[in-house]
Amino acid sequence: MPITKAFTTEIDYVSILDEHGNFDAQLGSDLISNDELVQLYEQMLTSRRFDEVAFKLQRSGRMGTYPQNMGQEATSLGAAFALEPHDWLVPCYRENTGLFHRGLPMEYILLHWMGDERGNQIPRELFMTPLAIPIGTQMLHATGLAWASKYRGESNIACTFFGDGATSEGDFHEAMNFAANLDIPVIFFCQNNHWAISVPGHIQCSAPTVAQRGVAYGMDCVQCDGNDIFAVTKVVKDAAQRARDNNRPTFIEAVTYRLGDHTTADDARRYRDEEEVEMWKTRDPMIRMRDHLKSLNLWNDSKEAAATEKAETLVAEAVKRAEEIAEQPVSEIFDSMYNTIDDPEMIRQRQTMRTSSIGQDPTQVESTEQVN
Amino acid sequence: MSRVIEFRDALCEAMTEEMVRDERVFLMGEEVAEYDGAYKVSRGMLEQFGSRRVIDTPISESGFSGLGIGAAMHGLRPIIEFMSWSFSLVAADPILNNAPKMLYMSGGQFGCPIVFRGNDGAGGQLGSTHSWCVESLYANVPGLKMAIPAFPSDAKGLLKTAIRDDDPVFFLESERLLALKGEVDEDPELLIPFGTANIPREGTDCTLVSFGRPVHFCLEAAEELAGQNISCEVIDGRSIRPLDVPTITRSVRKTNACVVVDQSWPFASIASEVAATVSEQCFDDLDHPVVRVNSDDVPAPYAFDLEQEMLPNARKICQAVRTATYSS
Repeated sequence: MPITKAFTTEIDYVSILDEHGNFDAQLGSDLISNDELVQLYEQMLTSRRFDEVAFKLQRSGRMGTYPQNMGQEATSLGAAFALEPHDWLVPCYRENTGLFHRGLPMEYILLHWMGDERGNQIPRELFMTPLAIPIGTQMLHATGLAWASKYRGESNIACTFFGDGATSEGDFHEAMNFAANLDIPVIFFCQNNHWAISVPGHIQCSAPTVAQRGVAYGMDCVQCDGNDIFAVTKVVKDAAQRARDNNRPTFIEAVTYRLGDHTTADDARRYRDEEEVEMWKTRDPMIRMRDHLKSLNLWNDSKEAAATEKAETLVAEAVKRAEEIAEQPVSEIFDSMYNTIDDPEMIRQRQTMRTSSIGQDPTQVESTEQVN
Repeated sequence: MSRVIEFRDALCEAMTEEMVRDERVFLMGEEVAEYDGAYKVSRGMLEQFGSRRVIDTPISESGFSGLGIGAAMHGLRPIIEFMSWSFSLVAADPILNNAPKMLYMSGGQFGCPIVFRGNDGAGGQLGSTHSWCVESLYANVPGLKMAIPAFPSDAKGLLKTAIRDDDPVFFLESERLLALKGEVDEDPELLIPFGTANIPREGTDCTLVSFGRPVHFCLEAAEELAGQNISCEVIDGRSIRPLDVPTITRSVRKTNACVVVDQSWPFASIASEVAATVSEQCFDDLDHPVVRVNSDDVPAPYAFDLEQEMLPNARKICQAVRTATYSS
């Protein structure tokens, strides 16, 4: 018997507006209106400004570690724009632009990185989960959120974000397998920014594309130019439709690049070639967006100056709100431990602030003053 | 009205009643649907509720644990079955790092009302990797609740409480007890609050504190010791987090002696925690230091005789009580 092919496949690559200004009008013309395009660009400007300010806050000791989003603005922004306001956004930590687009006040992200749980008190009506700092855990939660929406007969789907490094985690594979086998309306959005801290992409995946990892799970998968907001919008809209119409998940690999360090605790110059970074700077999503707007006569230098000034004001106001928030009383340390507390020991812990590190039995410890 | 049913049927009744009562509750796990559960705990539930609410999953503990957490964050009430708690170790990140911390880390915004349940404990010659007693390991984590029934009636009442609870509950069942029969009330509101220990046998000379299957070894030992004029009071903790400390200390103040019996390993165990608490709160009442009976500090042996000897048993408990009461 001759050997035949059991299975073959191809991975689509979607690019609509490239770094040279080439625009595929056939694919791109109806995706984003001119007004929306201007708004999205202004949101990118604000997010980029936020990034600069957050970096400086960290360097001046006013904030803890911060991961810059610079260079990756088009990914989460395109996705958030393509989705409905009630679709779940389940981020990791480089999706600021998309979260701000959805309506998250910027001070939440600042508070998060300043070390304050109140930065994670995401208003329920925004349909997003707090930043997930462990790698990959949020993909399973997104799968569960989408599964719950399907169970409840709701129309909302979930979109979860992660990096190329996260596709090596078991959680990624288990979430993908579940979503495909149980028909769960979730979009897996991989921001392939080429570096997992200092580890290059080929250590995570030796296949030609990350996208093809989805093939093994029987899932639609696609690669797109992640620095092209048109391409991102298109692939997410297509994926959302598949999810809404048929409860089918999609795996998207958005090819992008982390122009900054992994976080403020990292120095990428130690492991990346300067030429590589310089080459990717020419593919910056904001440059091509601005040039495109100019080519449509929607943008000019005075608009740029005005929008930049507005962005600076918005970010400065957010910093003020974050820095001026009242300190949390230490007495709140046991709050939010349990929804239902009927255990006298837990109530006592809350009331007296005594923990096992001092002694379980109140009579053992000198009477300390009660903390309100 | 009560009738005599098996422990496994009490668990099934609890889940079934709660699923009838609350549309948000569903059961998910390996073989829980078509196969009725590896230990037949979910017998008939697929037929009653259909595949939307009784869901067979891929063999993927981290997968269905994490998915359940996401579903709970969106307002559902998942019951996640581990065929064995031994297999929950590969889901340590979602069950320990996500579920018990979700409410806290989101500043109170995302609760996680989820029940993880399944077989816990050794004794079936399953080999060490399949014979975990996870109670001591997991009870260390704040944010979760842990219940461990020893009798069919408690199995039902505690599981119903677990399903209605707004926080993550680790529910530990013993496969060795699943065929145990006992009186179980038909009342659909049979709810046993967590943190309420039960006293299946009263006594005056020594307090025996235990959880889950070893409660039966305590009762066996108490019966034997009664013939030697040593009167034991047996306390079945029923939940480990929260722990009913007042019931234990009240008993110790009466008996002046305490033995804690716990099927997990001795180092940093539930028994250690209870012993420390009793020592702190009843120091002046104790005639002898608290004595602990745990499994031996070895992996569960595969060989039958060795495994039985490794676990707490009536002989070891009797010896411990004689020590604690200066009767040896």
